[in-house]
Amino acid sequence: MNPFLVINDPSVAALAAAVIVIGAAIGIGQIGSKAMEGIARQPEAGNDIRSSMLIIAAFIEGVSVIALVICLLVSLK
Amino acid sequence: MLNRHDISSKDITMIQIKIIFCYILFIATLLLPTGKAFASSGDTEELDVSEFIMSHTSDSYNWHIADYKDKHYSIPLPIILYSTKSGFHCFLSSKFWHGHSYKGFKIAEEGAYKGKIVEIDESGTHLEEHPIDFSMKRSIIGMIFSCILIIWLFVYFGKQAGKFIDTAPKGIYAFFEPMILFVRDQIAKPSIGEQKYQKFLPLLLTLFMFIIINNILGLIPIFPFGANVTGTISITMALALIAMFTINFYASKDYWKHVFNPEVPMFMKFPIPIMQSIEIIGLILKPAVLMIRLFANIMAGHLVISAFIVLIFIFTNMFGPSVGAGVSVFSVIFGTVMTFLEILVAAIQAYIFTILTAIFIGLAIEENH
Repeated sequence: MNPFLVINDPSVAALAAAVIVIGAAIGIGQIGSKAMEGIARQPEAGNDIRSSMLIIAAFIEGVSVIALVICLLVSLK
Repeated sequence: MLNRHDISSKDITMIQIKIIFCYILFIATLLLPTGKAFASSGDTEELDVSEFIMSHTSDSYNWHIADYKDKHYSIPLPIILYSTKSGFHCFLSSKFWHGHSYKGFKIAEEGAYKGKIVEIDESGTHLEEHPIDFSMKRSIIGMIFSCILIIWLFVYFGKQAGKFIDTAPKGIYAFFEPMILFVRDQIAKPSIGEQKYQKFLPLLLTLFMFIIINNILGLIPIFPFGANVTGTISITMALALIAMFTINFYASKDYWKHVFNPEVPMFMKFPIPIMQSIEIIGLILKPAVLMIRLFANIMAGHLVISAFIVLIFIFTNMFGPSVGAGVSVFSVIFGTVMTFLEILVAAIQAYIFTILTAIFIGLAIEENH
């Protein structure tokens, strides 16, 4: 059996999307928790911490969104 | 300082709650007719969920407004084609309705070119060569509309800007002035630097305002709005290309030295250019990720809202109209909540796109060797 035929299945794409979401959620959760800790320790640095938190979250999001688009393309094929 | 009546804090909370409630009701009434119009068309025929969702979120040759009593109401949009056989053609897309062909062109119904315009011969078979398509699709018309809105607003703001030096700004300018100041003080200055930020401020402001206004107009589901402009990959690609050209055009000598002759051991760059290829991939990948991030975020929001609405028809098909009516209440509530979330996402994505562009520009123009 050709393994690539299995990979092309839409349900595999859904499974892959679930794994991607788990990874991205762990990453963004870590950023959020550390940023909250940072703001709680030093409230006057809140604005800087918040904006750099958003930027780093955007980097993680970028990678995971590329992977999700690949999943979508596979499932719509 | 402001001439307001004395309002106690308790009154203010009540007013705020009332305003929020009115907003929710307003958006729910906007969503309701969408659901109702489709409910009348999905009687017994098989429901193709992905087809339904994709036709409402992706680009198309018609601007579909509503279905009512088995009639489609759409606005035809101009189609501009160049064919190597017969030259330029320009006509309205209403010529293609009900599967008709016109001047030897047709919208393909199946195959690899499904949904795109193909050229056919007398017997009706598709030709190998495809016409070049310059058509003004829904997103382009929506973009032109929002550009007129943006130009009108900002020419007005430009006239207003000098007037409020000692007093607080008034009217719609008071709503936009903090956003403009935010782009200047929180995005441009910290990432590009105090000396050079002024050259790039117009570009960053244009990017920010174009993205945020198009994102928010795309969320309004009634006619002149609602074209999924920033959820169209060609438009985000144009924005990312603008960012890419700006970054590389204004780049300093040190930036190009870092790309072509980085300070690494010789074996990593001389016989086989490992570092150079990584840096050049990075040049292309940065704007590519900007493009995909904006596209995917806005597209995903529209998909989720459509999915909540399509739940009504899935349940109607499975259990009958009464269950569908019951589900529609929850669909509209969840759709409303998602719309609020999408307003937040619209602002965050505009911020992310602009600040990443600003950071890349700041890194490129830096000279510190």
